[in-house]
Amino acid sequence: MIEIQNVRKSFGQLEVLKGIDLTVNKGEVLTVIGGSGSGKSTLLTCINGLEPIDSGRILIDGTEVHAKSTDLNKLRRKVGIVFQQWNAFPHLTVVENVMLAPRKVLGLPKAEARAIAVKQLSHVGLGEKLDVYPSRLSGGQQQRMAIARALAMSPDYMLFDEVTSALDPQLVGEVLDTLRMLAREGMTMICVTHEMKFAREVSDRVAFFHQGVMMEIAPPAEFFGNPRAPELQKFLSATH
Amino acid sequence: MFNYTFRWNQAFNALPRLLEGALVTLEIALLSMLIGIVIAILLTGCRLSGNRVLSAIARTWVEVARNTPALFQIYMAHFGLGAFGIHLSPYTSLLAGIAFNNAGYLAENFRGALKAIPDTQTRAGRSLGMPPIQAFRLIVMPQMLRIAFLPATNQMVWAILMTSLGVTVGMNTDLAGITQELNARSFRTFEFFAMAAVIYYLIAKAVTLAARALAWRMFRY
Repeated sequence: MIEIQNVRKSFGQLEVLKGIDLTVNKGEVLTVIGGSGSGKSTLLTCINGLEPIDSGRILIDGTEVHAKSTDLNKLRRKVGIVFQQWNAFPHLTVVENVMLAPRKVLGLPKAEARAIAVKQLSHVGLGEKLDVYPSRLSGGQQQRMAIARALAMSPDYMLFDEVTSALDPQLVGEVLDTLRMLAREGMTMICVTHEMKFAREVSDRVAFFHQGVMMEIAPPAEFFGNPRAPELQKFLSATH
Repeated sequence: MFNYTFRWNQAFNALPRLLEGALVTLEIALLSMLIGIVIAILLTGCRLSGNRVLSAIARTWVEVARNTPALFQIYMAHFGLGAFGIHLSPYTSLLAGIAFNNAGYLAENFRGALKAIPDTQTRAGRSLGMPPIQAFRLIVMPQMLRIAFLPATNQMVWAILMTSLGVTVGMNTDLAGITQELNARSFRTFEFFAMAAVIYYLIAKAVTLAARALAWRMFRY
């Protein structure tokens, strides 16, 4: 369970998270939508401790992320994150990209790490691309590789930060299909996205962020069918 | 007008001695590179440390090494340090001067290479549970090496050629020193210097080609 309690965060003068309260249960798929600068991406990087917070608490299975005593490196093994920019490691082949953390962080033997990598890459449809370098892959393939790389750590939670925003339109579908598959398999996920159709289909709940405030959170039917906040109504009519 | 008669025999007979000198040249160049790389890594660390004093020292080193003649740097090591009671042999002062120069250029090269790797690479590593040092070692460093490698081989060639400045501080066992000595005894200036130039050229070319082959093997992406 991910518990976010009254989290505030500023970059200099700009407060990007103005007291967020949110709980994500095991097995739940939460999508987060909102305009740019709404704080939704910042929230993700706070959840896995890449960004510090100013006040409030974030708990993952009861462990406080920003407590001094928390071993963030250990905690991050449980929480995978995939970014808008897929960040392939260019000097490693596809299979090496995915093997790296299981080998070096979890300390698994090479053969075992490779087996995990092959399994995850096949899972996201890259079983044929094991030994090529990322530069030979399309954006969609690189993004799926990044997903496999995060999955290879067997995380309990996955955070997706606008993973389709930097892709050519014709490549968005293959990445969303991968996310749908994970959702069906019961992965606990928080997806920050601009893909409304996807949000409607896969989410258990959808949240709307606006200027650092979570203005609305509801199951998709209600969220899209009967939006209450005027800001959300405006946002939805602009994106439809 | 033109009344110089070429006599190549003497030069060819001296070839074994010239090659012995070439070995010393290569040795100084290699050592100066090794020392230069170690210092350059330290200088790069100092510049990125955020510590004002360390960073200023490193910046000064890089500025002086890159913006003053290599000849003066070697002079300083040999005659300049003498003013402080430190007397280095020609070999040591030549080595120190070139290592000083190498460190300055390489530090700038390393810093550029480091800046070329986006922070998001480190971030991706950190998000997989890597501590900062591990993310640096496994992700940033290999990419940095590739970017820094070819400019570093240029510096190696430059180091080989710089060793010839040793004659000005009395160095007489390297290729330039031996050439100069043979020239002084025989006055076959053109023959000896042409021969030495060909040897310098071949060493420099061999280093460049070896580096290219090595890069091709190491950096397959």
